[in-house]
Amino acid sequence: MAQPYRYIGKATPRKDGLDIVTGESRFVDDLKFERLLHGVVVRSPHAHAMIKSIDSAGAKGLEGVRAVLTREDIPDFKYGNPRVFRLLDRKVRYVGDAVALIAAESEQIAREAAGLVAIDYHVLPAVFDDYEAMEPGAPQLYEEFPGNVLPLGDPFLGQKSMVEIRTGDVADGLSEADVIIAGKCGYDNLPNPMPMESPRVVASWGRGVEGRDCVTFWISNQAPYLMKVILGAILGANLDVRVFGGPCGGSFGSKLMSWQPMCYAALLSKNTGRPVKVVYSKEEHLGSFVLRPSSRLDIKVGMKKDGTVTAIAGDWLIGTGCYSQTTQAQVAVGCGEAMIALRCKNWSVKPKIVCTNRTASGIARGFGGQELKCALFPILSRGMEKLQIDPLDFMKKNFIKPGDGYLWRDAQWYDYRGISFTAMMDRGAEVFGWKQKWKGWLTPTSVEGAKRIGIGVGVHGNADVGEDVSEAYVRIDSNGSIVVHSCLQEHGTGQRSNGAKVVAEVLQTPLEWVSMTPADTMVNPFEFGPFGSRGTYVILGAIIRAAEDARSKLFEVAAPMLGCAASELDTADGYIWAKSAPKRRVRWQRALFQRTILGYGRFEPDYSLSNCLMSFVEVEVDTETGNLVLQRVVNATDVGQIIDPQGLAGQLCGCLGTAGIDSAIFEETILDSSTGRILNANMIDYKWRTSSEMPTIDNVVFQTPMPTHRFHAIGVGEIATAPGPSAVLMAASNAIGAWLDSYPVTPCKVLRALGKVGNAGNKQRAHTARKRGAGD
Amino acid sequence: MSRENIESRNEPVAGEKLIELRVNSQVYVLRVGRGPGELDPAHTLAFTLRETLGLTGTKVSCDKGACGGCTVLREAEAVLSCMLLTIECGGKEITTIEGLKDAKTGALDPLQQSFIDHSAFQCGYCTPGMIMSSKALLTANPSPAEEEIKEALSGNFCRCISQYQVVEAVKAVSGKKG
Repeated sequence: MAQPYRYIGKATPRKDGLDIVTGESRFVDDLKFERLLHGVVVRSPHAHAMIKSIDSAGAKGLEGVRAVLTREDIPDFKYGNPRVFRLLDRKVRYVGDAVALIAAESEQIAREAAGLVAIDYHVLPAVFDDYEAMEPGAPQLYEEFPGNVLPLGDPFLGQKSMVEIRTGDVADGLSEADVIIAGKCGYDNLPNPMPMESPRVVASWGRGVEGRDCVTFWISNQAPYLMKVILGAILGANLDVRVFGGPCGGSFGSKLMSWQPMCYAALLSKNTGRPVKVVYSKEEHLGSFVLRPSSRLDIKVGMKKDGTVTAIAGDWLIGTGCYSQTTQAQVAVGCGEAMIALRCKNWSVKPKIVCTNRTASGIARGFGGQELKCALFPILSRGMEKLQIDPLDFMKKNFIKPGDGYLWRDAQWYDYRGISFTAMMDRGAEVFGWKQKWKGWLTPTSVEGAKRIGIGVGVHGNADVGEDVSEAYVRIDSNGSIVVHSCLQEHGTGQRSNGAKVVAEVLQTPLEWVSMTPADTMVNPFEFGPFGSRGTYVILGAIIRAAEDARSKLFEVAAPMLGCAASELDTADGYIWAKSAPKRRVRWQRALFQRTILGYGRFEPDYSLSNCLMSFVEVEVDTETGNLVLQRVVNATDVGQIIDPQGLAGQLCGCLGTAGIDSAIFEETILDSSTGRILNANMIDYKWRTSSEMPTIDNVVFQTPMPTHRFHAIGVGEIATAPGPSAVLMAASNAIGAWLDSYPVTPCKVLRALGKVGNAGNKQRAHTARKRGAGD
Repeated sequence: MSRENIESRNEPVAGEKLIELRVNSQVYVLRVGRGPGELDPAHTLAFTLRETLGLTGTKVSCDKGACGGCTVLREAEAVLSCMLLTIECGGKEITTIEGLKDAKTGALDPLQQSFIDHSAFQCGYCTPGMIMSSKALLTANPSPAEEEIKEALSGNFCRCISQYQVVEAVKAVSGKKG
């Protein structure tokens, strides 16, 4: 395809690349502050207990300790959805729940002091299983939520939000079906997004410019502006909140739930009058920060011989752990994503969110849809197997097409304005060799001794590519240099560099003329942050509009100098001319004499488009040892127009980590079901893929121009993790010729499915096996 | 922090212990003790580099020797600075990510340039460790096979999955080009 652009679609160096490779990037923990104190959190060893008393005298007496704060010493800050979860409560609800806060001259002293806080607990019975939590007589986490069930709906999504999928008539749909499958499946192994850099923050409470109280945060997060909004709501109105976002060492969504460490640091700073840094240790990160929600589906599906899904009906149980911040939003988005992947007329899926005594669930890439579909697709597979339908044909047939529509997170119906992805899926299948390798359901592609090859496929699409609002300014200074004001923080996608790139494209300047403001909420307009693959369409969309606005304003100034209308002008490399007389040019500097141009851009939400990613996987399963090796992945997508090929490749390869494909193979958080303690809250026991175990990945990228974007692009990064896990389950089932429907596919589960060890179905054994799975 | 500064604050006194630490061709003399700026025997090399010497390019993630984020060179060998006590590192040349540039010209090491050219990073948090592990490999084996590169980097965690681009970046500067 011809490249009509100067920069778009071409590999350009990341603007932060030099800092990254020289160690000069300044992540939060690298910043220097005068008189900095170190904050730590005293955490509960019990999963559920009332705090009878706290004696902090020993900790306060330790040399170098500057503050010990308990519930009585702080305002009653609450957050979550609903807003009932207290920063420090009289009750603890998971192993690792916060009890007290300490600030000291060094982290070492603060941690030593944490061990000196004497806490007397009245231990309560705890509940860890999502179903058990709803049973009569189960331990209750909150008085406000009888049965441990949280209300659905998220005010963040507008007046209404999606609380179920309900369209058509399920009874009619089921009566039309050639086969009805009733099944249960869970995606409930709680993988951790586990960014390399743990949550961390520095807060400084002081006097702002107008004499009002002001708290300034330096955060590692992907949404500084949203954190300003959230912290403003928690800390109260009579306070200015300013947030600096710098380089973020990974988030994958998870660090949006940083209100707790931010409040800890802020309160310790207020109390001591000094800046305070809170850095979670890796064990705290894995043991008391957010996990992917658990998902359990109990549904009926009607299917016709031609692959038409006639009805989907049943219950979706979502486990959110000790509280929810975003789980309702994940449910709403997940429901919409199911409708995008499955063109079914008759739906009745009823979600229910339940809380238990474990650390909270939160955002992870794949936001809701991955949780729902990883449980749904294995059930659909049973129907496809009965009717001998090739899953590739099924997914091609059922993924959304022009003329279709869906309910989205705000419970509104959207007519789909996007493209058909069928040709892209066909090309992905061709590159993968699907036709040659597909031998039918529960049939391996090949067998060599104990080793069997199996293949699987998954698909995902997300209309959050156009979610929420972004704003930006593009400023052209009198010397011609260009500054993009955006509160976009770099968290790994390269979008800050892309922001500069699209501005250079609109204004036709060298790339180095364009710089971005730091992600400082004081100088930048509203920015929701890079979530849901919205960076390309929404964030860049706002920046592009700001650049176009700046260009128009520049032309208005230059028009009298060239004696023609602004609409007749063009510009490149700092010159302006009339299109009819290109030889007579005016330099930008002349037009900009003692003048600053400020363009403004705003993007309003648009939920009428979806992206699409199809992942094909090939696995080798050893029927003697039960070991599964992921050998190959082909990701197929259509991005409309590539903005940066290297950045895109990086996002697509991200399908493995961040609680993605590997959540079907070895990633899981293992909770001791008697104590509620996480047994693998460290990077040795929590499994992760090493460089020497990387499968071959081929990315097939189509560029069918999207009419909606100035450069015809759509984002895809966030969904990279979503199609793979259920594809692995499918591939492993085909390899061994027996159904596997539990994540992750550990050797123990493979051998059990083959009848070589134990028997499945016994709950106690399943728990034991899961614990053993850690050592597999 | 220059040699002179550190030494002038550390006039030897009878009975006290000094450690001479060589980092990026600079010599730092640290007094063993528990005061500010002193070398506590409990300090890891990662802590000393970051907190005492201000060399924050070295990243700490797990702080337990699992993730490779804190990898630096001791002589030519890649070591985990979170698993070494600084007092054990006296007399050995330590190289951190800040020491890879040519000290005189400021030119990037070809490996650093190759990481930029291949966008061999996403969030960049693992990158200093990745580069230092790659540097140790190329010093010991200037023409590694692809499998050898992967093996040498297998102790370096990257959650964004930059490994594919990292391997390409290392291959591009190894003796076995293409």
